[in-house]
Amino acid sequence: MGKKTPLYDWHAAMDGKIVDFGGWDMPLHYGSQIEEHHAVRRGVGMFDVSHMTIVDLEGTQVRSFLHYLLANNIDRLKQPGKALYTCMLNEGGGVIDDLIVYFINDQWFRLVVNAATHDKDLAWLERHANAFQVRVTEHQDLAMIAVQGPQARDVVHTVLGTAVKEAIAALAPFNSRQVGDIFIARTGYTGEDGYEVILPGDQATDVWRRLHATGVKPIGLGARDTLRLEAGMNLYGADMDENITPLECGLDWTVAWEPATRDFIGRAALETQRKNGVKHKLVGLILNQKGVLRNHQHVIVEGRVCGEITSGTFSPTLGQAIAFARISTESIGANTDNSCEIDMRGRLVAATVVKPPFVRHGKSCLEAPASGA
Amino acid sequence: MNIASLRPGIPGELKYTRTHEWAQLMDDGTLRIGITEHAQDLLGDMVFVELPAIGRHVAAAQECAVVESVKAASDIYSPVAGEVVAINEALTSHPELVNKDPYGEGWIMRLKPGNGADLSGLLTAAAYAELIAAEAH
Repeated sequence: MGKKTPLYDWHAAMDGKIVDFGGWDMPLHYGSQIEEHHAVRRGVGMFDVSHMTIVDLEGTQVRSFLHYLLANNIDRLKQPGKALYTCMLNEGGGVIDDLIVYFINDQWFRLVVNAATHDKDLAWLERHANAFQVRVTEHQDLAMIAVQGPQARDVVHTVLGTAVKEAIAALAPFNSRQVGDIFIARTGYTGEDGYEVILPGDQATDVWRRLHATGVKPIGLGARDTLRLEAGMNLYGADMDENITPLECGLDWTVAWEPATRDFIGRAALETQRKNGVKHKLVGLILNQKGVLRNHQHVIVEGRVCGEITSGTFSPTLGQAIAFARISTESIGANTDNSCEIDMRGRLVAATVVKPPFVRHGKSCLEAPASGA
Repeated sequence: MNIASLRPGIPGELKYTRTHEWAQLMDDGTLRIGITEHAQDLLGDMVFVELPAIGRHVAAAQECAVVESVKAASDIYSPVAGEVVAINEALTSHPELVNKDPYGEGWIMRLKPGNGADLSGLLTAAAYAELIAAEAH
């Protein structure tokens, strides 16, 4: 028996297929994960993400603390409410977790970190917060509902009422706002527009039921995974972990090198890696025939194993298999046509290296291969 | 408690294998074959079905098709020895039929049992219900 979110009883009553995820009993799907996937791309769906960890950091030195703690730079957040995606690294530059940090005010920032990394994240935060006299408060009292899809914002405006609508209607992407006891951010993990709503746990079921009554489809973790992979977003524990640096998992863009005087945990290791050259790189793959790419399948370039798939799946939007793979940097340039082979159950199958994302806002991002090149 | 009588999704008139195929004896003596409700539920949404060639001869318990779902690729084993006489072409463009109607529209192939093919080794509905109840524990 795992931990349960305030919405667990609803999931169980609606025949959600319950699986363990990071110690939580969570719905994998409610019947068909492919139909759920399409609902988010074409209309609107909602996810119970209350298992994720919400942590508030408060204190007069909270900015200095986050300058030291995070690889991205919170000074990029100019206005209260702005959000930033970043990694939290160990001394070796390995990723302890990836997270979103929200700027609430100069003495108060909010982090949303992964569920499966809860214990080590909290321990790491507590360990480093003391020196900055920052108070670390985990919010087990809060639930979190992500509403995603082209119709997501409209239904949230309708369900949460006029006052909330007026407060958030002009919210730009990667911005958030507290309205009464509800915290609403225009963020997500699907590649679609939408909101992530953080609210008191005892209000979650009521809001969820009202969203459901307006036709919002509940979406399980299965479709959450295919949506995020199509959108080119990494999954902690699959695409990166404590032995992988952001430079090796496609997250170079989240490392703020400037100003050079900012000393964040892991910086020295990243500098060394950057100077010596990064040996592995995360790339996108597509399979041009039947079959599904799976985690840990080997990637072969010119007869040699040069890496493996870190996240592989069937893309419902594209109707073909897609994947992230970590491959050796030197193997990438070897084939000018970006071709490689995948060892699928003992059979070598041709695949193509592409640049993620695969899908954004319901549309394929893959260009037709240039002919005659 | 009689588990067999309580478990839905296991039609009494069909025969079953330990590898979760079902077989239905047709009036013409051929066997219609597919995967069970339990198997499709475990595998989740189907995305591809690889069908055998018509005319292929298969041995009992030999791999003869592959169903691939969002979760895993899974071999289909022939319940008995015989010759493939028909395949469900609709699954090529609509693999989800295996999920929606595993005992009907989601059938996979028809097999003409070979001489001496032995159907007596297949499980009854009650025996199959016991098998999956045992797997759950």
